[in-house]
Amino acid sequence: MSASASSFKLVSTLGGIAIFSGILLALTYEITEPLIAQNESEALEAAVFEVLPGAVERENYLLDDQGLRKVDAGSLESPNLYAGLNEEGERVGFALPGEARGYADVVRVLYGYDPVRKQIVGLQVLSSNETPGLGDRIEKDVAFRENFTALDASLVHPIETVKHGEKTEPWQIDGISGATVSSKAIGKALSESTEAWIPPLTTALEERP
Amino acid sequence: MSVKGNEPLTMETFTQGLWKDNPVFVMLLGLCPTLAVTNSAINALAMGLATTFVLICSGFLVSLLRKVIPKQVRIASYIIIIATFVTMADYGIKAISLDLYKALGAFIQLIVVNCIILGRAEAYASKQKPLKAMINGAGMGLGFTIALLSLGVVREILGSGTLFGMHLMPERFQTWSVFVLPPGGFFVLAGWLMLFSWWRERKAQKEVI
Amino acid sequence: MDPQSPTFIFLNAFLINNFVLAMFLGLCPFLGVSGKIKTAGNMGVAVTFVMLVSSICAFGLNILLTRYQLEFLRLISYIAVIASAVQLVEMAVKRFSPSLFRALGIFLPLITTNCAILGLALFQTAREYTFVQSLAFALGAGAGFTLALLLMAGLREKLDLADVPSIAKGAAMSLMIAGLLSLAFMGFAGLGG
Repeated sequence: MSASASSFKLVSTLGGIAIFSGILLALTYEITEPLIAQNESEALEAAVFEVLPGAVERENYLLDDQGLRKVDAGSLESPNLYAGLNEEGERVGFALPGEARGYADVVRVLYGYDPVRKQIVGLQVLSSNETPGLGDRIEKDVAFRENFTALDASLVHPIETVKHGEKTEPWQIDGISGATVSSKAIGKALSESTEAWIPPLTTALEERP
Repeated sequence: MSVKGNEPLTMETFTQGLWKDNPVFVMLLGLCPTLAVTNSAINALAMGLATTFVLICSGFLVSLLRKVIPKQVRIASYIIIIATFVTMADYGIKAISLDLYKALGAFIQLIVVNCIILGRAEAYASKQKPLKAMINGAGMGLGFTIALLSLGVVREILGSGTLFGMHLMPERFQTWSVFVLPPGGFFVLAGWLMLFSWWRERKAQKEVI
Repeated sequence: MDPQSPTFIFLNAFLINNFVLAMFLGLCPFLGVSGKIKTAGNMGVAVTFVMLVSSICAFGLNILLTRYQLEFLRLISYIAVIASAVQLVEMAVKRFSPSLFRALGIFLPLITTNCAILGLALFQTAREYTFVQSLAFALGAGAGFTLALLLMAGLREKLDLADVPSIAKGAAMSLMIAGLLSLAFMGFAGLGG
């Protein structure tokens, strides 16, 4: 008798605490959710504007087997690429993701692609764990960043990273000496991503510009 | 130190965690976050404050429910309570700053398994009145924050030449990147521990003379 | 090598971003249990085992939580489910293989609240690993933990005979060694690339 009463007490106490914590968490979630969504959208917007010079507005798109279509804010589909619009409302280009293995961990980038000029017009490293002072120069080095103001992405030749000072072709990235692996990772991320994304994107744009 | 329920509220309640029983330097608890997120001062501060928040809130609730919770399920109840407040802190930080959230990563959620908090709940809050439990938690949290900051400040100044993101060292200062890398965490903590034990030894010698 | 291939994920968790020496997960047992090589080995096996169990649990739970949009309950449910799963496995091992239980048993309850275990579950969720990737991650992390523990224990057994300055005795010395090991492990970066 007393044993069953005591296990009832155990279960009810645990249950009570669990319900209380559930309510508290649901409340926290409700309060912070809009703030978090806003933060995330602002961060994404900032990244898109960074890689697409001149962009002031963002549009979400989904590209899959059925072609390219716009994703509105309330839609259930999640976008996989973003377009940037300039002040006149013209599309300046698309922001596409890429990733490759760096020295210490995976390097993730977002880059801007201009479908008219067929060029990469900007690049931002979203996340990397490269060695401070060496590999992390792919994020800050000014000369290296210059590579991505007009990098040929017409896919005549895949994008590649060459040794520092040996860049001769428009599709080559001038590497950083002392950060060879990391700068090569950027080249690999870009060449793989452009080869995967740009052909279907070009086809989709020809069908429905 | 034996803790009884009827001790009066004294300064000791608060200062215990600051120095005499400092969770990191004296008791060597909670080392995962101590080393993992202290590569910059701001990360260290955020982590310390989040832990303090969890310590105060869980201390209060555990103490409030100390007569209701049956002995057999107390650890499970404490863990649920702690996990609730950790999730709240997690969402809170995400809502305040996404950059900070990314820098701390999963380590905010790992506050749950920080032995300091469960240790305090079991050894102190479950035997004391709510107000005392909160004050003691605040002291412990502050002690933890100070420890994190003393690592974060050293590592940021030596490793990046900055403090809270502001340039501190002269332009020609060659940064010691190793200090913001994982090994630096071990070295700096070892350095602090040696400093303290040197200080204690010197004090003990003086007393002998 | 493809960054998402199970082989690379294994190598990454095992050597390149070793759980203990690069991510600082599971430091308490690392500094506490690594006194003797034999104990360290048993502990390592037990941790790897619990990691596999919790990785599978976390993977299943995450599917459920995402389907019902209850992500805010993730942390609580991970802890509760992992702890109970380990308890169940412990009972099963005790029943069917007493000798295995004697080797691992004492460690199991300790491990459940180890941050390496929860960290594994959280990281695998954050990186959106598939089931196979999660298993590779758990195996790599466990192997990495065991390796770090064994190295540390070996060094410590030698260190007992060394003449250490009195202020550096104990924790400070262990941390210095861990730092040097961590420095050595940084050499694994770039491996398999």
